[in-house]
This record gives sequence, C-alpha cells and structure tokens, in this order.
Amino acid sequence: MGDLAWIFFSAMVVNNFTLALFLGLCPFMGVSGRIETALRMGLANIFVLTLTSLSVWVLNRFVLETAPYLRLIAFIVVIASLVQIVEMVIKKVSPTLFRQLGIFLPLITTNCAILALAIFTTARGYGLVEGLVFAVGAGFGLALALVLMASIRVNMDLADVPGVARGLALVLVIAGSLSLAFMGFAGLLSSSG
Amino acid sequence: MMRPARAVPAPEELLKGLWRQNPVLVHALGLCPTLAVTNSVANAIVMGLATGFVLVASSGLISSAKRLIPNQIRISTYILIIATFVTVVEFIVQATVPDIAKALGPFVALIVVNCIILGRQEAFAGKQPVGRSLLDALGMSGGFMIALLLMGSIREVLGSGTFLGVPVFGSHFEPWVIMVLPPGGFFTLAFILLAITWSAQRRSRSDQKPPRAGEVNGHRVGSDAPAAVPSCHTARV
Repeated sequence: MGDLAWIFFSAMVVNNFTLALFLGLCPFMGVSGRIETALRMGLANIFVLTLTSLSVWVLNRFVLETAPYLRLIAFIVVIASLVQIVEMVIKKVSPTLFRQLGIFLPLITTNCAILALAIFTTARGYGLVEGLVFAVGAGFGLALALVLMASIRVNMDLADVPGVARGLALVLVIAGSLSLAFMGFAGLLSSSG
Repeated sequence: MMRPARAVPAPEELLKGLWRQNPVLVHALGLCPTLAVTNSVANAIVMGLATGFVLVASSGLISSAKRLIPNQIRISTYILIIATFVTVVEFIVQATVPDIAKALGPFVALIVVNCIILGRQEAFAGKQPVGRSLLDALGMSGGFMIALLLMGSIREVLGSGTFLGVPVFGSHFEPWVIMVLPPGGFFTLAFILLAITWSAQRRSRSDQKPPRAGEVNGHRVGSDAPAAVPSCHTARV
C-alpha cells in the first residue's frame, strides 16, 4: 500500500511529467490559456493515460513477450486506435461527456506523455495495479501543471508585459518558475523512499 | 533578409530549415526533446543525429512511396514508417553509445511523436519529389541540431562549466547547477527566443518601414507561425 502511494505521489509531483520531465509540453503551452479548457484537457489526459496503462499491460503480458522489438510500433498503433474507438463510444453513449472531453481525446493520443508512460511502465516492470496507479498519478500531475499554468496566464493577461516577451517566451519563463517550485518536492522522495 | 524566389531553388530547400524556418526557434515544434535532452552537448548531438536520421529516412521513403499511400490513412501510415525507423535508431544508439542512451532515457523512443517529423511528412514529403524532400529533411534536421546545440552549449557551459566534458573555465568557476536541471531548460529557451524576437524587431524597424512594430516577416510566404501559440496538434483547440 505504501508502495502504491509512493508511486502515485512520485508521478504526480516529484517527477511531474510536464515540469520535471518535459513531457506533454504541446498542450501545456497550447491550451493553457483558459482555466476551464486546461481543466478539461487535464481530465482527458487522466482518462487516456489510464486507458494506455491498461492496454500496455495487456500488450506486455500477452503479445510483446515474443517480439520485444515491435514494442514502439505496437504501442503507438494500439493506443491510437483504442482512443479512437473510445471516442466513438463516448460520442454515442454520452454526448455531454463528449462535449466536455471529446475534442481533446484525439489530440492527446500523439502527445509524448502518453507514449512515455507506456515506455516507463514497461521499463520499470510495473504490474497492472502499479501501472494504473502510476498512470492516474501522472495524469493528475499533468492536470495540476496545466491548471496552475492557466491560472497564472489568466492573470498575466492583465499585466503590462513588454512586447518582446509576449507569447512563448513569457510562457517558458512562467514554466521555469513553476518547475523551480516543483523541485521543492524532491525532498518528499528521499524522506519517504 | 533572404528573399525567396518565385520558384524555390534547390539550395533554398536545404537552407530554409537552418534558420529562417528553424523548426524549433521559429515554429516552436519539438519542444519536449529540445528542453529535455540539452543538459549536455554530447546528449544534444546524439539526439540531433538520431532525429535527423529518422527525419531524412522517413522523408525519403514517404516521398518515393507517396503514390502508394492512400490519402485517408496517410497519417497512420506516416506514423508507422516513422516508428519503424525510430526502432532502428533506438537499437543503434543503445549499441554504440550506451551511456548517452541511458541519459536520454525515453526520449530516443519519443522521436516517434516529435511533431517536426510528422509535420515535414504532412507539409512537404507527402507532396514533393524525392530529391527536394531529402534536401528539406536535411535542412530541417540541421535546424533542429542547431537549436539543440545552442541550448546544449549554453546549459553545459554555465551549468557544469564544461564543453563536451572539457572544462572551459578555471577551477574558480562555480557551476550554475540550475542550468542543467529542468528549470534551466525553460529559462534558456525563453532567453534564446527573447533574443531572437528582439533582434528581429530591431532589424525590421531599421530595414524598412514595417507595417507594424513586431511584424517580423513582412515578405515571407505564409507558413511561418507567429511565436504566440506553438503547437503540434493543439493549435486547433
């Protein structure tokens, strides 16, 4: 149980996918303009990461045993098709949920955070439960970073920023500061591990 | 500064990616590897070469097979081809430079989802003849390498006081450790972009009467993304 909690918090804050490992930067820079959008993107991320974790477990357990060199190709194809199928199912079953998450689902399939989760899970030999906990933790971490970023950027709209620094440079400086703050969580790892 | 001709001459296909349409510094693509693996120059070089190999190989293959690829499933086909080459390059990196392979971690495998590569296939190799596609891919790889080297040099020199492992400052230099840590990556890229925007603004102001301050590329043809919102696939949201 302690192990699982450790995996969860490690993935969520200490090794935050976005701020410590530089994964999933595209949505982090691209859709962090509004808090609500960021929140939905975060939820969609948690959802896709969990699905990925499940499919990676199935692949690793039953398929890739015999052909490890097909790992990358299998991951990307299976994850992309699975997300596509789930998107169709959600659209049919719950149009409300689809409006909330729908447009984000196909976009994050090609996000590097998703494939990285698959690679990490395989490399560390996580089982089904550990993999799921890791995925949910990483998802919450991504959502946390997105929402923090969006909240800061909303306030930045009101600030008087020099013309040169507008746009990506400003976002990067904010991200750097957030990343500095998250480095403070590193102590959590050594004291509990 | 370089005025593109009506029909783009061959050298221009090669040169445009290096600076004027640099995939990282101008189009803000492929940010994840640019930030993640540039804490030393050696890592940056290996990453640049690996990505370049995948980009050139898949551009060559895709542009020569473009008649065989049905339009509706072209993206999935591209991804499969790219993933195949990435698998190849992953094994090569692990076999030749095992230490760096360990330092790069998942990022060699993550070349699959590098938007520069898929972007060039969709924007260029899927429509153009083989020779041009290869030139374009080489140029873009060069541009990616330039960006990585720039980041890597700044971060390694300031963060560890070395260049390719060779000390550049005297023993009195106290390394700015933060530069090799994640926040340093964000800050370095931010400052590089600031410097580029600043010099572009200055140039356009002194060059000609600009339509508007901040308009960097009065005479460029389309495709240059403004530095505002980057994105591979999120631009549409």
